[in-house]
Amino acid sequence: MQQENHFEWKHKDLLDVDTLSVEDVMHVFKTADQFHEINNRPVKKIPTLKGRSVILFFYEPSTRTKTSFDMAGKRLSADTFSLAKSGSALQKGESLKDTALTLQAMNPDIIVLRHSSSGAAQFLADRLPCSVINGGDGWHAHPTQALLDSFTLRQHWGDDFYGKEVLILGDIAHSRVVRSNVQLLSKLGVRVRLCAPRTLLPRGVESWNAKVFTRLEYAVEGVDAVMCLRLQLERQQAGLLPSLEEYSRTHCLTARHLELAQPNALVMHPGPMNRGLEIASDLADAPNSVILEQVSSGVAIRMALLFLFATRNDRHVDQGDA
Amino acid sequence: MNSFILKNARLGSRELNILVLDGKIAHVYPAGAGSDLPGEIPADIREAMPFDIPSTDELAGLPVEDAGGLKAMPSLIDAHVHLREPGQEWKETIATGLKAAVHGGFGSVMCMANTDPVNDNAAVTRLMLEQARQHFPHGPRLYPVGALTKNLEGKELAPMAELAAAGCIAFSNDGRPVTNTEIMRRAMEYANDQDCIVLDHCEDEYLANKAQMNESALSGKLGLKGQPAIGETIQVTRDILLAEYLKVPVHIQHVSHRRSIDAISNAKQLHVPVTCETCPHYLFLSEEAVRGYDTAAKVNPPLRGQEDVESLRNALTTGAIDILVTDHAPHSAQEKEVEFDQAPNGISGLDSALSLTWELVRQGVITEIDMLKLWCYNPGRIFGIPVNTFRCGDPADFFLFDPEERWKLTPETMHSKGKNSPFIGRQLVGKVKAHWIGGYKVV
Repeated sequence: MQQENHFEWKHKDLLDVDTLSVEDVMHVFKTADQFHEINNRPVKKIPTLKGRSVILFFYEPSTRTKTSFDMAGKRLSADTFSLAKSGSALQKGESLKDTALTLQAMNPDIIVLRHSSSGAAQFLADRLPCSVINGGDGWHAHPTQALLDSFTLRQHWGDDFYGKEVLILGDIAHSRVVRSNVQLLSKLGVRVRLCAPRTLLPRGVESWNAKVFTRLEYAVEGVDAVMCLRLQLERQQAGLLPSLEEYSRTHCLTARHLELAQPNALVMHPGPMNRGLEIASDLADAPNSVILEQVSSGVAIRMALLFLFATRNDRHVDQGDA
Repeated sequence: MNSFILKNARLGSRELNILVLDGKIAHVYPAGAGSDLPGEIPADIREAMPFDIPSTDELAGLPVEDAGGLKAMPSLIDAHVHLREPGQEWKETIATGLKAAVHGGFGSVMCMANTDPVNDNAAVTRLMLEQARQHFPHGPRLYPVGALTKNLEGKELAPMAELAAAGCIAFSNDGRPVTNTEIMRRAMEYANDQDCIVLDHCEDEYLANKAQMNESALSGKLGLKGQPAIGETIQVTRDILLAEYLKVPVHIQHVSHRRSIDAISNAKQLHVPVTCETCPHYLFLSEEAVRGYDTAAKVNPPLRGQEDVESLRNALTTGAIDILVTDHAPHSAQEKEVEFDQAPNGISGLDSALSLTWELVRQGVITEIDMLKLWCYNPGRIFGIPVNTFRCGDPADFFLFDPEERWKLTPETMHSKGKNSPFIGRQLVGKVKAHWIGGYKVV
């Protein structure tokens, strides 16, 4: 597929959404639109990135992000290589720096990194000439998730995000998804609300581009979409919650809450879900749930990003052809 | 060997000659025209001298060094360093740490007990002193600080009498707080019996659990676990109350938060026997230095807010802060070049401390006299370490300082093994050109 665009993709890496302009984001969306269409064809593979290589370096376990990137790469005919912590030299005590330099020596076009330490993607990007896409680092950022979440909303709302209200509900303090989403949604003109018990809100959250609630009944009132976050079960052990049962009583999104939102308010979840803990099971399967759409958006968004980063240095060639 | 004349040294605003006899300051006199020797020494000075004045012929035979008009400053004391030996010699050794010290203007250093094994028994203390003596027989002088509790666990008192007899001059759990207040109380009492002061690393260990930086909007943004600054002040306040109740002095280590300064100021007004220290990095850097996940700026206590930096700077001249220390904490490059949450805490400080402090003098934040109080006279008084005031009988510990020389802090210009400094690449002003300890030239 030939990309007919004269948009210049200036970025070497995708560490978070803060470096993207609204134009960049819209360009990613438009590129993803085309791939989204391909994903609905019977034959889903195109030769665009033939001969390019993408390393999926997943230091922390992940099923959907990794599969999504893997599928995105393969549908573009890129060669994808997966590396996990178990089975890699990292488990033998090799440092991230040495592993990174070793991977670079194989000359990949892109490394996708998932890591449990905040800042790990930047650590890699500072040291490697290839593109680094942050597949989630600690509590810090998950830019591809934020892009696919907004892309999913765009399927329903079109390009006009302005004035829409989105509630993000759950463990805000320890969520990389929320940090990237607050930035991206507000960049697009969405009014963001956050809701969690005070013990799961980070210091300084009042300075974020969002309105903060602790009570779900108030937070959900009139919103156009609710994004539930996964609650890690260890938060209760860390003394941040009295019990999971009490959390579900106060902060689990239910149909009763959703009645307070806009009619047809969308329900989202980045997965994996704890049904009955942060989201009522019936809501996850309800008609206005877009949770599975998020998954298919994820493949299209990651195809767009792999395409843009893998071909970022090809532009002058394209111009020559034109 | 350790008798000589140093001519043309700048002391305060005057150019003077210094007569050093037997490792001690004998006489300081105006640089004369025609002769480097002192004239007739007044009778009162002569009588006060702890040694006989040599004859004029003998004086004429002494070697003469020319300071060339450079400043002569008394050797500084660093009351808080980690020299990593025994056990972590890949980070630093007593030899490399003392080398960095002496080039940085320090004639005395107090090394903390968190070595491996911990300095909680006389064998470790003796090993430290032996290493120092072997590599630097004439100094810098090493003063070990013994562990306050066994293995720094905060559970049982370390054998402080044994440690003091072996050469420890103070006790500290540095690196870890003493959470149990009953243990802290007993440790302060017992240390006082040994005529030693307790130095306390103040941190609420539960509030600071697994923290990577200061807790703030920035930690929230970076997705790093923060520790609230008040965790320090909570323990500082406890220590002040203990010191007042027990009438036993306590020294607060590496103060980083403005509320701790407030608490210490108030306590001093009430004549509570409390003293405290801070470090150059808390006077120059705020938590902004960790943005970008720079592990060179990862230190404990963590760098705080800009208001804390301002407050600490102010406290240098109000008397709230008694002394400056480096908290020199060297690490190897590969230990620091890792993910932020995997990196050890610490900044290598001996090489840059004096020039950074000189920057404060140049900026007018403190005077040169303040600088000498903070780095020499006050620690000397608090810890009972002899200092040089250039009076007859003082130890001849001093260095020549070029106040104008510009140099850049780089891994190559640092003498410490640990190159972990957030000041790497910084242009500094002021450098040690020569250093005598006990009258012996060591630089």
